[in-house]
Amino acid sequence: MKLTLRVWRQKNPDTPGAMATYELDGVSQDMSFLEMLDVLNEELIVKGEEPVAFDHDCREGICGACSLVINGDAHGPERTTTCQLHMRSFRDGDTIDIEPWRASAFPVIKDLVVDRSAFDRVIQAGGFITAPTGSAPEAHATPVPKADADYAFEHAECIGCGACVAACPNGAAMLFTSAKVNHLNVLPQGSPERETRVLDMVAQMDAEGFGGCTLAGECATACPKGIPLFSITAMNKEWLRASRKVKR
Amino acid sequence: MAFGFWQSTLGKKIVMGVTGLIMIGYLCAHLLGNMKIFFGPGEFNAYGHWLRVMGAPVLHHEWGLWIARIVLLAAVILHAVSAYQLSRRDIKARPQKYVHTKPRMSYATRTMRWGGVILGLFIVWHILDLTTGTTHSGGFQEGHPYQNVVDTFSTWYGNVIYIVAMLAMGMHVRHGFWSAAQTLGAGNHTRDRALKAIANALAIVLTAGFISIPVGVMTGVVS
Repeated sequence: MKLTLRVWRQKNPDTPGAMATYELDGVSQDMSFLEMLDVLNEELIVKGEEPVAFDHDCREGICGACSLVINGDAHGPERTTTCQLHMRSFRDGDTIDIEPWRASAFPVIKDLVVDRSAFDRVIQAGGFITAPTGSAPEAHATPVPKADADYAFEHAECIGCGACVAACPNGAAMLFTSAKVNHLNVLPQGSPERETRVLDMVAQMDAEGFGGCTLAGECATACPKGIPLFSITAMNKEWLRASRKVKR
Repeated sequence: MAFGFWQSTLGKKIVMGVTGLIMIGYLCAHLLGNMKIFFGPGEFNAYGHWLRVMGAPVLHHEWGLWIARIVLLAAVILHAVSAYQLSRRDIKARPQKYVHTKPRMSYATRTMRWGGVILGLFIVWHILDLTTGTTHSGGFQEGHPYQNVVDTFSTWYGNVIYIVAMLAMGMHVRHGFWSAAQTLGAGNHTRDRALKAIANALAIVLTAGFISIPVGVMTGVVS
């Protein structure tokens, strides 16, 4: 395959960036998208140019490190992570636009790498339980109804990649925050902090400068783990309940 | 807590949802009342008069009407202020746009902001036209709403402004009702089809109902 790549190049957070065009030949359909970028970078290094910086880690679709907006879609045209996207999803001669996540809360560090530590601070604000966990607890000590366990697991699937923020027309982190809130709020282990968790995490989400929800639904469409849009509805319900219950 | 509620993006959205539902409720009542225009000037004018003595003898003359006006004005202002503040925040959250863009959201979703501005301007014109009579085309007659409505819809621009605004209203209600349900935590997988159906039904019935009035005047059914 022969491709024309238009890639966002930005030296550092303070220098304005621009799209740069590269021609890449000899791409196999069996390559993953990141392997295709590896090939591009090898060519750039041989030519003595600066390789394109991009985030990646496990390349198995489970860590949430990779983060590319490909032709306007977070993680590209398939419903998966960028690392699990393969070049067979493109055609010979295609022009592919590759951009970083765009959000004021996710500033660009270099090229396609953005700083997602805003997500870490949202987690720190309440995405944990304070019960000592130590060694594995006795499995039958805390009964969890099957439906609740399934619901918690559905939300625990969130890998915090930030595709929801990248896809949202408002740069909102509602889907991410709701996945974390719902995951713990439905379980007995998470119930002592049920109210403060949702209030603190939403407050931190706002403080990080993420936008608000307009129910466009783009986040749930982009999510590689299939977190449903109704997670946001459920978080709204939790927040409303908590703000009535907790007096601060 | 009240301060924190308003400071939160979720709190502002809840304010928008509640005020939006109040306005949808008002639109339904307003449409039902307006339908009396198809039963002649006597019935329509009597309905207009009843609005002033609504709630009597508990309420003094026009008190019921003024209570409704104050509630609606508060709803419009809270809805618009929340929308303005949230929109500014949303725009700031994505300072750098994508180079590769594609239209994705439904037309109703994409036009919520400008559609809302159009509706705000329409409400001002509508009040100046048929409540105060300031910008009325014919000679505005206090206490003769039937004739005033016929006069407004006898002008081409009266029809154009009204019909465009009603189409904008229908789309705003379509996305707005469903969104309010999500914001207030009422949506889920099982209820979604019903909520979307209600949103579509509200949008279609309100739009078609209100547009039937200028169409009635244009076709001579109302004259």
